[in-house]
Amino acid sequence: MSDIPEDDKPSRRDFLYITTGTFGAVGAAAMVWPLVDQMNPDSSVKALSSIEVDISEVPEGGFLKVAWRGKPVYIRRRTTEEIIRAESEDKEDLPDPQNDADRVKKKEWLVVVGVCTHLGCIPIADRGDYDGWFCPCHGSHYDISGRIRKGPAPTNLEIPPYEFASDTVIKIG
Amino acid sequence: MNNDYEYVPKNSFTRWLDTRLPILRFTNEHILQFPTPKNLNYFWTFGFILTFFLITQIITGVILAMHYAPNSLLAFDSIEHIMRDVNYGWLIRYAHSNGSSMFFLAVYIHMFRGLYYGSYKEPREVLWILGCIIYFLMIVTAFMGYVLPWGQMSYWAATVIINLVGTLPIIGDSLTQLLLGGFAVDNPTLNRFFSLHYLIPFIIFGLVLLHIWSLHVPGNNNPTGVSVQGKQDTVAFHPYYTVKDFFAYVVFLLLFCYFIFYNPNALGHPDNYIEADPMLTPAHIVPEWYLLPFYAILRAVPDKLFGVLLMFGSIVVLFFLPWLDTMKVRSARYRPFYKMFFFIFVLDCLLLGYLGAQVPEGVYLLLSRVSTFYYFAFFILIMPALSRLERPNPMPIGISNPALEQNARLD
Repeated sequence: MSDIPEDDKPSRRDFLYITTGTFGAVGAAAMVWPLVDQMNPDSSVKALSSIEVDISEVPEGGFLKVAWRGKPVYIRRRTTEEIIRAESEDKEDLPDPQNDADRVKKKEWLVVVGVCTHLGCIPIADRGDYDGWFCPCHGSHYDISGRIRKGPAPTNLEIPPYEFASDTVIKIG
Repeated sequence: MNNDYEYVPKNSFTRWLDTRLPILRFTNEHILQFPTPKNLNYFWTFGFILTFFLITQIITGVILAMHYAPNSLLAFDSIEHIMRDVNYGWLIRYAHSNGSSMFFLAVYIHMFRGLYYGSYKEPREVLWILGCIIYFLMIVTAFMGYVLPWGQMSYWAATVIINLVGTLPIIGDSLTQLLLGGFAVDNPTLNRFFSLHYLIPFIIFGLVLLHIWSLHVPGNNNPTGVSVQGKQDTVAFHPYYTVKDFFAYVVFLLLFCYFIFYNPNALGHPDNYIEADPMLTPAHIVPEWYLLPFYAILRAVPDKLFGVLLMFGSIVVLFFLPWLDTMKVRSARYRPFYKMFFFIFVLDCLLLGYLGAQVPEGVYLLLSRVSTFYYFAFFILIMPALSRLERPNPMPIGISNPALEQNARLD
């Protein structure tokens, strides 16, 4: 009978079971991560992260569509009239309120990622009820500032990180 | 089930084998002699048809993989290479692409059969859930396979569907990048889709074995929904149902052959013969016909996340059927109200399919919303309500007993 307290105490064998199990579990988890992480964007994909675009040829009211990270970016040279319209619509009831001034670095140039914020289709320029962009997939309408005005998309067209390298060159990314 | 028959090895080799690997005994018990209700109708032949279509898809798929190049620069051309240069490549590819449509047609009939005759009810819940998992994996496989030809529809279907995942809160963005392997659908995406498209059918095959295993524990349901009570209610699977199933399979093959040989592109979309262009979205994106109802549900809702949740929910709800419909009577034959709502549900699914192909505006949008509501109402409101309120018609006590004779006894 005096053996019972002895049995209740963790034995050397219990310790070995637990440490072996723990080492095994941690080892397996450490092995799983490379198997999952290999699916994330690789170095060659990440290396293509910035481009420079010459915008000297774009006429007033015209636009350029360039590929950045496999997605199109619209660089639009807006007319004075379009700028005034975009700013005057700041006060309207917008689904994703944002002032036009906060979406541009120079009023004349609007740079937006041409990917619909709904499900990733490419909106067509100069279409739709607001003369900005129209997404053919599920009918989202964007205005001349790339703001969502009507349709299922939840947010405005994304502004990529960019800067004016000179008066005629934009660096995106 | 009943063990009235006994497998007796006939010669010295089979006796020797039987004590080492009793595979002939197993075949005999589970295929040849398996006791099957004697009153099964032709709707019960689709399980057999589906097994054959799974095998067809695996064989044609393995062959196509011998000629296909899973690379964004080569994929589109390698499909044309299969169509024009490879001996009988056109036949194998058309069999594979139309085979998926036939597979889904058969699975939908199989599922509606289960829904009508209450095949998901106790004791077949696990059987039903395994079937739902198989169906979900079929959708995933079909979607990935659709991306491989790298046409415009392939590319944009992949973009739209992966973006659905991105709507999930918190994990959405990182999960999207993990699936894409980049910032947009590109070569890494195509590569992994090819790998998984090759893998999942074998997982489905394994699940089909479990599906059949769980079927063979309680045995088949039958059109009356009344459980088998004894030997008088069953016949051996072979030759009675092997012959019936083969006959139905051959008739179904006629439809398959019509599509392969006379109208191979009828179920596809012409835009997929234009090579993928990441800079240009086609004017009208539609999925394959068998996914149109889900697409209609997605677009019926103005809110992005809610639309996605409803779309996934429309499949998730199927898993809970055994607990939503608690009526003990299985077959809709004896449930007049359930039968009526069931047929409205079938029409509702067809309507959703039609709406999935239309532009979601005006009357189409309104109809999508109404039919999406009915889709969920059927499962979540009507089924539990009928389980409590409906009074089933008089039904036979056993498969072999005529219904009328039994009515008197019920009273």
